[in-house]
Amino acid sequence: MADPMRVRAQVKGTGAEVRVLMAHEMETGQRRDAAGKLIPAWHITEVTAQHNGKPVLTAHWGPAVSKNPFMFFALKSAKAGDKVVVSWKDNRGDSRTDEAVVA
Amino acid sequence: MNLQRRVALQHGASVAGLMLSLGLLPGVAHAQAAGFNRAAFDAKTLAEVLKALGAGAPTESKDITLQAPDIAENGAVVPLGASTSLAGVKRMLFLVEKNPSALAAAFDLNEGIDANVSTRVKMGQTSNVYAVAFTADNRVLFAQKEVKVTLGGCGG
Repeated sequence: MADPMRVRAQVKGTGAEVRVLMAHEMETGQRRDAAGKLIPAWHITEVTAQHNGKPVLTAHWGPAVSKNPFMFFALKSAKAGDKVVVSWKDNRGDSRTDEAVVA
Repeated sequence: MNLQRRVALQHGASVAGLMLSLGLLPGVAHAQAAGFNRAAFDAKTLAEVLKALGAGAPTESKDITLQAPDIAENGAVVPLGASTSLAGVKRMLFLVEKNPSALAAAFDLNEGIDANVSTRVKMGQTSNVYAVAFTADNRVLFAQKEVKVTLGGCGG
């Protein structure tokens, strides 16, 4: 199981700002190891976010997203106590889901 | 010698083909299962990416705001942000022109979310970056900015 994500959701005006920090290697498939062999690509392909059980965002990522990816998005209407769930899938079939409460 | 090499190459190719058809190459199989748009992420230019996503020609727009540094000291971590005040944006893309594959990330937005996303990407070299927004009325708008990279983030 992959390391947990850090998800923070803060009320801003009538909505909320959500910041997510994921722990993932995000290997591009372009780099070579010491023996000159290509290191196979290993990266997050899909990120989804839900607000109180309702899907709000689906992101598709290529290997060009940085290692330990950061993502920011803003909910239009949210209040303190709302639940935000973020999950990712990578190209090896691994996945991880974490949640946060809007503060 | 040459003949043997050819035979070996042929065998190698057909084995790889078999593995592909059986879904044994793990990366490929999982990517397809996740609905990953391989064509769009393999495309080299903005026009090719938009074609792979089935979109029309883009127009530059002042309504899209692209936040990116003028100079990125470390190409492995370049913060990019895109926002717009336009209503009905359903998808936003980040592209880096001179990366091995232009498309870095695509965000599909629902109505419950502001058209304001950001992330961090890798850049191999100094290049133009694009933020592209698809609106509900099928317009494709973009903003661009050149980011100078002093230390590349690809290869190594």
